[in-house]
Amino acid sequence: MTVADALLLALGAVAVGSGALVVTSAHLVRSGLYLVVSLGAVAGLYLVLGAELVAWVQILVYVGAVVVLLLFAVMLTRAPIGPSTDLDRPALPAVLIGGGLGAGLAVLFADAFRWVRYPEADPGTAERVGEQIFGAWVLPFEVISILLLSALVGAIVLSRPDVGARSTPEA
Amino acid sequence: MELLVRVGAVMAAFLVLPLVIGQAEHKVMAHMQGRVGPMYAGAFHGWAQLVADGVKFVQKEDITPREADRTVFRLAPIVALFPYLVVILTLPLGPDLVAQSLDIGLFLVLAVLGIGVVAVLMSAWASANKYSLLGGVRGAAQLLGYELPLVLAAASVAMAAGTLSLPGIVEAWRPWWLIWQAPAALVFFIAGLAEIRRPPFDMPIADSELVFGYMTEYTGLRFAFFLLAEYVGIVVIAGLTTVLFLGGWHGPFADQLGWLWTLLKVAALSFVIIWFRVTYPRLREDQLQRLCWLILVPVSLAQLVLTVAVKSLL
Repeated sequence: MTVADALLLALGAVAVGSGALVVTSAHLVRSGLYLVVSLGAVAGLYLVLGAELVAWVQILVYVGAVVVLLLFAVMLTRAPIGPSTDLDRPALPAVLIGGGLGAGLAVLFADAFRWVRYPEADPGTAERVGEQIFGAWVLPFEVISILLLSALVGAIVLSRPDVGARSTPEA
Repeated sequence: MELLVRVGAVMAAFLVLPLVIGQAEHKVMAHMQGRVGPMYAGAFHGWAQLVADGVKFVQKEDITPREADRTVFRLAPIVALFPYLVVILTLPLGPDLVAQSLDIGLFLVLAVLGIGVVAVLMSAWASANKYSLLGGVRGAAQLLGYELPLVLAAASVAMAAGTLSLPGIVEAWRPWWLIWQAPAALVFFIAGLAEIRRPPFDMPIADSELVFGYMTEYTGLRFAFFLLAEYVGIVVIAGLTTVLFLGGWHGPFADQLGWLWTLLKVAALSFVIIWFRVTYPRLREDQLQRLCWLILVPVSLAQLVLTVAVKSLL
């Protein structure tokens, strides 16, 4: 077992453990903070695998923006300190779906790769990622850009009654 | 051995620079307001004032409010301080004088600076105090908003240099970039000021309305950590602006005196940051968001277009 293996295992354990805490913790805001730890650990996994750029994107986008937006929203509505008793979280279906999906993916990966040893990939530097995205994968990239752009425009239209969403005459 | 020297140097910079900046703030503010500032501690013009403050902070009782979420409350100051330590690690002082050279250093810096907002939300919520919570929500809105022009302005200079490495950007820098990248430099500096919540962008800690915002409930050493984070933040923003837009170590005799040029530029920018605090009144919340979304973001987008245009003409 190399250092990288040990790091991967440790970071994976942190990611899974804090991920489990996200859904089991009764403290609403702490759940969000556990999500920060979980996503940070995933960024660590990317770093160990040599995908430096993806790791920092993970930190910038997920930890720095998505989770913060989530926490922000929770704090604007209700954010009790201490456990909440009125959380509506059906445990059994969640365990079934989550466990089933996890097991299915694990079987799929184990079946697809068996115990083949692959040579270590080149580190995912910004240069290589850029060449790939704007070379081989430019069409999917543009399609995703358009998707994101339309989502942005949609968000603006929804949040501004004077632009879209005509007011329905009441009664 | 070499690693130890590097880590030691960064730790020393991390501990000494904030003290220098803090003392400069005391003195510069005092003189701009027609008073002398601290004069007693350490005899000569009160140079030891901040050391004395540090001793005072250590002696104070470490209070955690009864209703607070203790763990989160205690972790927040450390989370606030940590990103700046990482950023200092990557700032190049001279041509080969950098603690840790990375080929995507700029990206790392921007990503890590984004973590600061988590600390603000943690401290705000865990304090169980409505002033704290209000300050934290204001802070989060401000940090999220100003991150956008900050990243866009940095992207402009990265495109101009054709690299994401901080030493690489300084290497590629030419004096005429001062004009070419001037809008981006301004946007970056202003957005950086807002990122470290310095006046005139100190709405989240507005002491006349929110006591001290998300730091209200903190005492002793934990409060000192927040203060330290603020001063290191000044160093970091001044340092990043220097490295990205003012040519870092470039200057006469750059081969021998490069590190001195970097430090001088950082010191000059830090002075400007302190000057801002004494000069401008605090921006109201709506003015603050308006400045970000209606001025800084469009300017940085226009700068991106300009950068591409000039770059493709050359």
